[in-house]
Amino acid sequence: MNPALAADPSFGKIELRIPAKAEWVAVARLAVAAVASRIHFSVDEIEDIKLAIAEACTNCIGHGGEGNQIEITSEIFSDEMRISVRDRSLGHKLESVEKDTGFAEGKRTEELGVFLIRALMDEVTYDVDARAGTELTMIKRVS
Amino acid sequence: MDIKVNVRESEGDAYVVDLTGEIDVYTSPKVKDAISELIDQEHYNLVINLEKVRYIDSTGLGVLIGGLKRVREHGGSVNLVCTNPQIKKIFDITGLVKIFGIFDDEQGAMKALV
Repeated sequence: MNPALAADPSFGKIELRIPAKAEWVAVARLAVAAVASRIHFSVDEIEDIKLAIAEACTNCIGHGGEGNQIEITSEIFSDEMRISVRDRSLGHKLESVEKDTGFAEGKRTEELGVFLIRALMDEVTYDVDARAGTELTMIKRVS
Repeated sequence: MDIKVNVRESEGDAYVVDLTGEIDVYTSPKVKDAISELIDQEHYNLVINLEKVRYIDSTGLGVLIGGLKRVREHGGSVNLVCTNPQIKKIFDITGLVKIFGIFDDEQGAMKALV
């Protein structure tokens, strides 16, 4: 583990699980924003995190089946936040999450969402497992 | 979380769509319906007022792009009114500033339609 990411014991890990349905995405983004506000992010940085988390959840909804759930884990450190968004659906298309090119008018909304996540967060990694589902991990650092 | 949509006729054949609230995966269908209805009624010059929109995500952007594509097929256009710096930033990041006319007030957006 990167020493810089060693968790300060005064902070911690917050877990949230929501149904993979559109009406729950606002709950996820507001909850994660509340966690982010515990460290010294600017208002703009918190807005970036809100949008990134919403895009990640929206992506899960697009791929998940009925009854799918989204698991969101937020970890805060002294100067950064790590958020992982996991869903256990098997429908993710790797080619769409791996694209990292600039936005063009013809892009699909899903690709636009992934583009925004990559633009707004400092580190983004995807772990796509054909059996276990997909986990997106994002790191945002305090500027 | 909700979005309020108000549609009103303006100068000439132009229509203004006032949006208030947050546009996300849950609320964007309501925005899409309002814009689609105008286009179905052959109104192809639209101003979409985002001044009271606090949040927009890719699904909201997708709705705006979809509306723009449809009106362009008929020689129309969609101009946006947007003053929220965070929302302007999203249009900047995505490069959508190049395809939408984005204005600080409705008057400017209307004037540019003609």
